[in-house]
Amino acid sequence: MQFLALIYNTEGSEDVDMPTLMEQYGAFGQAGGQAGVILGGNALQPVSTATCVALRDGKTLITDGPFAETKEQLGGYYLLECKDLDAALSWAGKIPTARYGRIEVRPIMVFDA
Amino acid sequence: MTTSAPLGDDLDNDLARIFRAESGRILALLMMQTPNVELAEDALHDAFLNAAEQWPNSGLPRSTTAWLLTVARRRLIDRCRKESHRSANTTLLAIQDTMPESNETSEEAAPIPDERLRLIFVCCHPALAEPSRIALTLKTLCGLSVREIARAFLTSEVTMNQRLTRAKRKIRNAGIAYEVPEGDALSERLSSVLAVVYLIYNESYSAYEGHKLSRTHLAEEAIRLARILHKLLPRPDVSGLLALLLLNHAREPARSSDSQAFIPLESQDRMLWDQVLIKEGTSLLLATMSQGRPDSYQLQAAISALHAMALEWATTDWLQIQELYALLYQLKPSPVVALNQAVACASSGNLEGAYARLMELEIELSGYQPFYAARADLSAKLGKHIQSLRDYDMALSLTNNSAERDFLLSKRKYTENLLGPKL
Repeated sequence: MQFLALIYNTEGSEDVDMPTLMEQYGAFGQAGGQAGVILGGNALQPVSTATCVALRDGKTLITDGPFAETKEQLGGYYLLECKDLDAALSWAGKIPTARYGRIEVRPIMVFDA
Repeated sequence: MTTSAPLGDDLDNDLARIFRAESGRILALLMMQTPNVELAEDALHDAFLNAAEQWPNSGLPRSTTAWLLTVARRRLIDRCRKESHRSANTTLLAIQDTMPESNETSEEAAPIPDERLRLIFVCCHPALAEPSRIALTLKTLCGLSVREIARAFLTSEVTMNQRLTRAKRKIRNAGIAYEVPEGDALSERLSSVLAVVYLIYNESYSAYEGHKLSRTHLAEEAIRLARILHKLLPRPDVSGLLALLLLNHAREPARSSDSQAFIPLESQDRMLWDQVLIKEGTSLLLATMSQGRPDSYQLQAAISALHAMALEWATTDWLQIQELYALLYQLKPSPVVALNQAVACASSGNLEGAYARLMELEIELSGYQPFYAARADLSAKLGKHIQSLRDYDMALSLTNNSAERDFLLSKRKYTENLLGPKL
């Protein structure tokens, strides 16, 4: 089944310098790709670039900033293919940001055909 | 599992007994065919309703488990048919594949595998909130009703129902596997399972407002679970926990009397301790501890065994108990362990040393009732009566257990009398 691993951390809380972190993400991506676990994924621009849109009474409301003003922000995601939650949690635990942030793992909803 | 005894006069009681004994095993087998706990529970319930209708006329089948399993599997298919979504349909096919050809609900010759281990690991999965793990385990493996569980945890049936429903939905939807983990994952996940059993046992001490019957009930469920685990997974960490529960539970008959709802270890009638449990727990512990470095359950069991071996409070091997607490503190450096170590230190006669240690723990344990109860007792023994009364008042304000309150009040009164006219 498919799981989305959402990568949360406080911006600037990285425990290693950027080039090292990128290297670690590269290694994770390679391992996950070879194992056939990572189906996709992306890093996101900082939360300062976030814009929210909502439609209320037929009017489009656009607001600056993220959906929720929390310390830990969504910084990226992976789409994983794993046999069960334990396997997904095990892979999510290998994402470098798990060391200083948190990874939320959510199963992808499957709709009936 | 196999009985040919006729049903007793009280059919409801017989069915309840069979339900408690067999529902966990049958549910575990049904869960192999559907990730939907609710559906499996409903099918199991249907099977028991059928049994209640048929057995009074037909008598007990040779294997009640086989009879119930066959009917429950059939009801599960019926229920899956009614569910329209895709996952249920694939489930249905899987069930039909494994269904025996026989139409009769009589006996199956093949032995029925015990799959309860899978069910325990699912119910105690760390992805579920801890209170849910406990409730779900009691519900599915011990066959306790929602009302019984709600009463045990002093919450309403509605709340408990919601908690259980949420947990079952999460099992179904979050991709929690129905299997016993392997390799390194086994130890990690097993610790969560053992913690649930331990917490159920601990609840038997604290959750009830001194209702002896229900308290004993929870303790016995914890022991039953530990026995199942030990039978299916004989590892040192499991044996250690079982030994701990047996040794602690051996003292249960002495923990209260008709006139006293709570009797501390010091004043217990040791003749009432269950020697059979003590013997079983001690030999299990000895066999386990010879297998390597003891874990925290084994250390606690060893402390309990030393209490059990002492013929009276005064001849308890306090020095060894202190050493065991020191080892436990190395594994689990918690202030509660340090508190117990200090109490053992006081019991060995070193009142001043114990008092000094307690004073160091005050900040960390502020708001922890046993801390104030322990310091109140020690202060009284050291002649610090004002401090003692103050601590008894703190302890009293922090307890919501009527048996404990009565006990603390009587101790406070005793100290107050010692103070006499000075107050």
